[in-house]
Amino acid sequence: MTALAANAGPSRWWRSRTVRRFTSHHLALLGVAMITLLTLACVFGPHLLPYDSLYIDLRARFSPPLTGDHYLGTDPLGRDVAARLFMAGRTSLLVAFFAMLLSTLIGTLVGVIAGYRGGWIGAALMRTVDGFLSFPSIFLLLALAAALKPSPAMVTVIVAVTSWMEVARIVEAEVRSLREREFVLAGRMLGLSGAHIMFREILPNAMGPIIVAATLTVAHAILLEAYISFLGYGIQPPLPSWGNMLEGAQQYLDSAPWLAIIPGAAITIAVTSFNFIGDGLRDALDVRDDRV
Amino acid sequence: MRGFLLNRLSQSLILLLIVSVIGFLVLNLLPGGPLAQFGLDPGMTQDDLDRLKEQLGLNRPLLMQYFDWAWRLLQGDWGHSFRDGTPVLAVIGRHVPATLLLMGTSTAIAIAIGTWIGIRGATHRYSLFDHMATIGAMVALSIPTFWFGLVGIYIFSLQLGWLPAGNMYTIGDGSVLNYLHHLILPSIVLSLVHVAIWSRYMRTATLDAISQDFVKTARAKGLSERRVIMKHVVGNALLPMITLAGVQLPSILTGALVTETVFTWPGMGRLFLDSLGYSDYPVVMGLLMFSAILVILGNLIADIAVAIVDPRIRLG
Repeated sequence: MTALAANAGPSRWWRSRTVRRFTSHHLALLGVAMITLLTLACVFGPHLLPYDSLYIDLRARFSPPLTGDHYLGTDPLGRDVAARLFMAGRTSLLVAFFAMLLSTLIGTLVGVIAGYRGGWIGAALMRTVDGFLSFPSIFLLLALAAALKPSPAMVTVIVAVTSWMEVARIVEAEVRSLREREFVLAGRMLGLSGAHIMFREILPNAMGPIIVAATLTVAHAILLEAYISFLGYGIQPPLPSWGNMLEGAQQYLDSAPWLAIIPGAAITIAVTSFNFIGDGLRDALDVRDDRV
Repeated sequence: MRGFLLNRLSQSLILLLIVSVIGFLVLNLLPGGPLAQFGLDPGMTQDDLDRLKEQLGLNRPLLMQYFDWAWRLLQGDWGHSFRDGTPVLAVIGRHVPATLLLMGTSTAIAIAIGTWIGIRGATHRYSLFDHMATIGAMVALSIPTFWFGLVGIYIFSLQLGWLPAGNMYTIGDGSVLNYLHHLILPSIVLSLVHVAIWSRYMRTATLDAISQDFVKTARAKGLSERRVIMKHVVGNALLPMITLAGVQLPSILTGALVTETVFTWPGMGRLFLDSLGYSDYPVVMGLLMFSAILVILGNLIADIAVAIVDPRIRLG
């Protein structure tokens, strides 16, 4: 039984305690609404706008927002900022989503094995987690990004490789406490294999904290991608991402401030929304609040 | 205390070992590996490179190479910069003070404001202030540092003209006031995230302390509420914050790198990016290892400091 299914009956899951608690968390609902809106805008926006994100119009360079059909203005090449913003959103959100999947997978695997096996295997795995956490994440990210050619897939992998540790710690602590419970003992007495007990018996009971951590990891991944793309080592132009839209913005800060303000605002809105949702899920799924 | 120190020290050494293995793996991932330096030289033929590889022992098993590399690291031989041949440690040493100044100032700001918000939130729990602080902290944690820096420059430098947009001092003017003037904006930008984190932890720690028996005793003695909070609650709530300061080090360093880039601040972060741009891998690797060692050292110092202040830790 998963934590979710335990709270939800066979029918009318939307009336369960978990859902009720989540829907009474106003900030979390606001987060869901904003992410839904942002996603819809990124999916359909580029088709509805009059300009393509790659269409260069040198006569219309540096148009401020609300000039003609350029609702959010244009960039130094006269490309439509609104069209680029939504295309960039596709890249940034997809990279963050898959980075979350990959890092949650790595973190869960490491955490479950370390927590269940314990002993020297557990110690070695958790010290490795500590080792990765000792590097300032941006230093490690940039060194890796410089070493490996940064395609979108590679950026996803690099972001995941530098952000799985938090999940691993949470899962390890959870599994370590679940290991001593009766149902695990029962599983052992039934002669179930270690892998079966770890992934089929213990893991479903640790889903709550994993879901919360995964949601917060999306927020974290959006920021990390933005950081390295802003510094020029992440997603490479002409493919737009929220981070690389900001890359050249500083030199035009005086004459064209919208180039810096708009993509940054999009990043802040997306990250805030995921943090709100994570907070709501933590309340709804009854996850201990020992992190910020 | 001695047992605690030995135990804690050995943990740090193990961590150092793991960190060096990760660093060595990254080094071998870099294009050209340790030979990248010579690969850039147009006078080098493939034959020369192969001979160098042989001479430098790069065709030996990876494990042997690792021990060799780690041994040189321990002896303080961190290689030379590709750019001008200066020893890596000397290059890093030149850039450390600027980063420490920025980090120190912004940490002081974060502690002062964060502690105040945290205590006020805990003593006025569920008040409007508490709710606003909670939401504010979540938003602050979501703002990309570099973007906050750009917005700060736009408002305070370009529009209002109050603060300089970058650099550490005006050339030709080395006065302390000039340094301080340049320090204000970047240190505030860097402190935003940590004000948020610090205030959240301080709120929790204060709430924990308030519910303790010694607070009831203090109140029962008839002390004023203000005195109870300032003397008995805050003192105890600040204890776990020492550990937090150590744990936060990597994130402050990450923030410093980004802030230094936006404000052309001549610190380690700026150096890291410049070195990446020049493919100056010895310096890049040096900074990577140096920052990790700094973090391990910082955590060790924080833990020892807590143990000195709080006898429960070193005895329990």
